[in-house]
Amino acid sequence: MQLYRNLTIRQKQIAWAWAFLAVPVLFYGVIRFYPTGNAILISFQDWNLLGSRTWTGLDNYQKLAADPVFWKVFGNTFLYLLIGTPLSLVLSFVIAYHLDKLRFMHGFLRMLYFLPFMTSAVAMAWVWRWFYQPVPTGLFNNFLSQAGIPQIEFLNSTTNALPSVLAPAVWAGLGFQIIIFMAGLRAIPVSYYEAAKIDGVGWFTVLTQITLPLLRPTIVFIVVFSSIGFLRIFDHVFNMTTNNPGGPLNSTKPLVLMIYDTAFNAFDMGYAAAQTVVLFLILLVVSLVQLRLLRSD
Amino acid sequence: MFRSVRMTALAGMTSAAALLAGPSAAVEIEYWQYFFDARVTAMEQLIASFEEANPDITVTMTHFPYADYRTKVAAAIPAGEGPDVVQLFYGWLNDYIEADLIQPLPEESFPAAEIDEQYFPMVQAMKVDGQYYALPTAVRSLALFYNERLFEEAGIDGPPETLDELVESAKALTKRDGAGNITQVGITAGMTAQDHHWWREGLVRQFGGEPYADDYKTVNYDTDAGRAALKYYSDLFLGEEPVSAIGFMDEPQAAFKAGRAGMHIDGSFRIGSLADVRGLEWGVAELPAGPDGTKSNYSSYWVNAITTKAEGEKYDAAVKFLEYITSDEAMQVWLDVVGELPAKPSVGMTEENASDPVFGPFIRGLENAHTTLFANESAQRQLMVEMVERMQLQDMPLEESLAIAAQEEQKILDEYYGK
Repeated sequence: MQLYRNLTIRQKQIAWAWAFLAVPVLFYGVIRFYPTGNAILISFQDWNLLGSRTWTGLDNYQKLAADPVFWKVFGNTFLYLLIGTPLSLVLSFVIAYHLDKLRFMHGFLRMLYFLPFMTSAVAMAWVWRWFYQPVPTGLFNNFLSQAGIPQIEFLNSTTNALPSVLAPAVWAGLGFQIIIFMAGLRAIPVSYYEAAKIDGVGWFTVLTQITLPLLRPTIVFIVVFSSIGFLRIFDHVFNMTTNNPGGPLNSTKPLVLMIYDTAFNAFDMGYAAAQTVVLFLILLVVSLVQLRLLRSD
Repeated sequence: MFRSVRMTALAGMTSAAALLAGPSAAVEIEYWQYFFDARVTAMEQLIASFEEANPDITVTMTHFPYADYRTKVAAAIPAGEGPDVVQLFYGWLNDYIEADLIQPLPEESFPAAEIDEQYFPMVQAMKVDGQYYALPTAVRSLALFYNERLFEEAGIDGPPETLDELVESAKALTKRDGAGNITQVGITAGMTAQDHHWWREGLVRQFGGEPYADDYKTVNYDTDAGRAALKYYSDLFLGEEPVSAIGFMDEPQAAFKAGRAGMHIDGSFRIGSLADVRGLEWGVAELPAGPDGTKSNYSSYWVNAITTKAEGEKYDAAVKFLEYITSDEAMQVWLDVVGELPAKPSVGMTEENASDPVFGPFIRGLENAHTTLFANESAQRQLMVEMVERMQLQDMPLEESLAIAAQEEQKILDEYYGK
């Protein structure tokens, strides 16, 4: 107590500030940074969860570089990103743009678009999984076969499976992005549009010269947010392919699923940690690049 | 009602007082297993009768969701916490021994020669360097489920007894729509379910092969027998007249439950979930015999072991408890409550059990059952799944796909045993 009394006011303020900061700092330290550091450590070790950990140096990373499944999975992860992000960005913008102009049943329609975002990903993935089944259970294929069109193998195909898994994931994320876009659209001052109207400018010029440039912060946020989401895609893939996770022939397997499989089926924690470190680096690089590219000057 | 509660409370207090007053110090041991309703109920019954017979020993059972099980065990035992007697999957035995989590069973109470003789032969997989480390209460095996209504409708007398009859029956049971799409399969197929066990330990052996050599350390199915077995299996859905389809109704067991599959190969653990399906009339038969009459089955099981944490009087209590839960009496309880098969012929092959219409075929299958020693079961199953997918989705010739699977599996085994 004596010690505290001797402090200056400034020092006391600092002490109090740290007293309050201690909770989040401790939380981040114990829940975030310690496990992250530990994961990086384990990636240089061999550990099956039961025995002791042994140092193996770069073995796990060498194994990773030589593993054809890893490169396949690496490619898949980027396919999810490169198809998913632009597609959901364009779709959500188009919907938000038109929904913004609509007065009739506006709230109801917005709710309909937002509903999938609130639905459990697991439940949704299973419903879509059943949609995709061959006859006699699958909804889509039953339509096709009634119309006399040959069935489409949605999930049991190396080419169709990834887009089929991605579709509900895009749909599920759409609602959130639409809301953000609409908030962004509303935030643009009306005076710009009025000026444009007075000058007699067409809708396309208004869109490309006013709306899109002023939406830049919104677009940056959505691109970064949805990119991270697609790079970490797991629940949709896992639930739609539980019998053969990431299959057929690894054609839908994303990196996170491979990590899960290595850690909790093969109990090869070191190898899984190495994959995690790689995923972390990818996320870091992609986010930094996007922030730089889309930063408003 | 109230009276009975009060009575129990009173009884509890007196017995607690008796324990405190008793001259012999009470020993408390812990038992761990993963959570599955019926298993927990059965174990509660066993613990109750064990404690009755051994009033100076208290057994506390702890159970966890399957997903956390291994992690918790691994963390607890080295810290001197956790179970004295632990349940583990047979495939984890090597890992547990290597990590120094379990100790060998004492020869006086569990003589190896006697166990060799008393248990079904596949239990010998739990013996390392002549010493048993763990023993099962119950085991599981495969059998052929068949839909009695569909059999009647197709005019088939009874379940097939040979592999050729299986194909014939399946043909009669398959239905197609106008476009040629299968709407009812003769037999379900899918390596993701139990078929990879059927193929490995059943078909490969029945076509004259030996799936693994050298104590399951060497893959040995890239042979004529292996190719014949794969040909037989893949012809079910890739042949000229397919009687099955991979992924039909999402999952094999779902198709059978929905009454859209004539036959289905599955484990004894499926009995419980089929029993509740309304309108489904099903029977069980032994797996069909091979071309030369060979019968072969696959068995898996969970075992109980004594951990390295148990010492002194706790160790003695743990041995007693393990003796009890591997007794004939315990096995019968396990069969009645959980529906898993007794691990000893003395219990399984009793007149009543072996001729039971539902359990009988499974129990009889145990006599020629083999247990695959997996290094990583899910990865090894995945290779079987992919072996079929390469043939189906990429039109790869059978020989080539089989060779790739064999190489890949050898790699997994080498990595595991090379450690």
